[in-house]
Amino acid sequence: MTQESFSARRSTQNQSQETEQIQVNTNAQSAGVDDLLDEIDSVLESNAEEFVRGFVQKGGQ
Amino acid sequence: MSARRLVGLETEYGIIRPQMPKANATVLSAQIVDAYAQLVAEQSTSATAARWDYADESPLQDARGFAMDRDQAHPSQLTDAEPGLDEAGIWTAESIALDGNDARVGSTLYQEKDSTEVVMNMVLGNGARLYVDHAHPEYSSPESLTPRAAVLWDQAGDEVMRRAAVTAQRLGGGELLLYKNNTDNKSVSYGSHENYLVPREVEFSSIVKGLTPFFASRQIFCGSGRVGQGMLGQKPAFQISQRADFFEAEVGLETTINRPIINTRDEPHANWDKYRRLHVIIGDANLGQISTLLRVGTTNLVLSLIEANMAPDLELAEPVDALQQISHDPSLKAKVRLRGGRELTAIEIQRLYLEASQRYCTERGIDDPDTAEILERWENILELLERDPFLAADQVDWIAKYKLINGFTQRHQLSLADPRVAMMDLQWADLRTDKGLYYRMAARGAMQTLFSQEQINQAVTNPPEDTRAYLRGMALQRYAPYVIAANWDALSFAVPGARQISRFHMAEPLYGTRESVGDLFDAQLQISDFIDELARRR
Repeated sequence: MTQESFSARRSTQNQSQETEQIQVNTNAQSAGVDDLLDEIDSVLESNAEEFVRGFVQKGGQ
Repeated sequence: MSARRLVGLETEYGIIRPQMPKANATVLSAQIVDAYAQLVAEQSTSATAARWDYADESPLQDARGFAMDRDQAHPSQLTDAEPGLDEAGIWTAESIALDGNDARVGSTLYQEKDSTEVVMNMVLGNGARLYVDHAHPEYSSPESLTPRAAVLWDQAGDEVMRRAAVTAQRLGGGELLLYKNNTDNKSVSYGSHENYLVPREVEFSSIVKGLTPFFASRQIFCGSGRVGQGMLGQKPAFQISQRADFFEAEVGLETTINRPIINTRDEPHANWDKYRRLHVIIGDANLGQISTLLRVGTTNLVLSLIEANMAPDLELAEPVDALQQISHDPSLKAKVRLRGGRELTAIEIQRLYLEASQRYCTERGIDDPDTAEILERWENILELLERDPFLAADQVDWIAKYKLINGFTQRHQLSLADPRVAMMDLQWADLRTDKGLYYRMAARGAMQTLFSQEQINQAVTNPPEDTRAYLRGMALQRYAPYVIAANWDALSFAVPGARQISRFHMAEPLYGTRESVGDLFDAQLQISDFIDELARRR
């Protein structure tokens, strides 16, 4: 087997592993988002409109 | 050079006291710094805060080779003067903060306190600076040498702020909320600046040319996301960057008005002939560790390209417009125009920089683990962004925020103009770990991290060991009562019985490492012996 075809095969293998990895990460990430959205009402400041209006900053750099 | 470089990150935090909406922001910021000084004092019987030493500051020096007249400078550019105290001993917020419309100083918390006791500017045992910058508390990280270390000591700053807020409340200062964001969506922006050490012989014009297209496009992996477009956030649309809409110029000295993509402040805080400190004002403050890592690591590499004269040869036709065009398109499909008429997406521009960096590292045989990591992550993130930006939601701050907000609006059939969406945007950056949406996501494993809370806590206490921050931080840890002033490139000691103050210049940022002076601290010397030994070493 030439060096070239060896590394080509290896990179295909890496790619499928990588795809799997991304799939797993994405699933965990989406689950995290869903969990947080389930309880967002208890986390978010309740008086959203007033709170946001009150967030006034002075100039900075 | 490589992805390794001396770097320091500064963050100005948003601050409010919800129970006192009109509270003076400068005073609230001073409460934070003062509370932290008290916390440090409580935790160590010997430690006190060292005063900041303004002697070496020169904020009006321009990298293009001239200085601005002091009387022409905007008051906020005069960062080399101690914020004023008026005759009654109460600081004049007007002299520090920029414009009026603020609560009267006399109605603030500190009116009855002798304000000269209030610490507004201190050096920490981890080598960082904590101070009041106009109307925001600011943490400037100690100098670090690797992108990972830059992330760690930046995260330590968030922890310092958290502890300061808790302490301020315990001391009776009320509930202070801090935000690691860059705008109030009501026309005001505040910065998170990056500082990169660059050899002085590099032509500033080549820095401008090489960095501008990179800075306009790097936001795709290190923007923090914002609901609202325009300085007032008037258009209810999501955008990639917190800062993009506040930039109006390509190159300039200002940081608070007419902000430029490339800032020319030329104040190296080190040997002037040898170095410049590139002061980068265009970045967003990132809570996410991967976004911060990519921001610093890729910028380090691009500076290396510029130094080697190997930066991609491209020039944006309208850099400021391009910056905003890219920021306003979360699909990442927007094409921006180059001089000469060619059009590229932000991903394509970044690819050119990545490929040039890969070439440069291969040619020079640069294969240290930090550089290898940045090259790999950079390539990987661009590939994900190309396929589908949401694939990078666990790495990139703006995408994580965008996904969360999209999920929310879809569930409840809301528009982006809904106040709860604005609340999510703001609360993303809340530093309280039980309230901040970034932290709630990270706690669920929905954000990749590089460092544990334990490691971050260590960095709150200890300096990096491979820069002069080690000497500064350790001197504060061991000899705080004798350190009467400190700044980035000097340390002043007053020894009982000595006739004069001993001032040590640290013009070489890589001197004062654990390797060069660690044994002096290990030896537990008396202060006078320590100073003698330190002087003898130079």
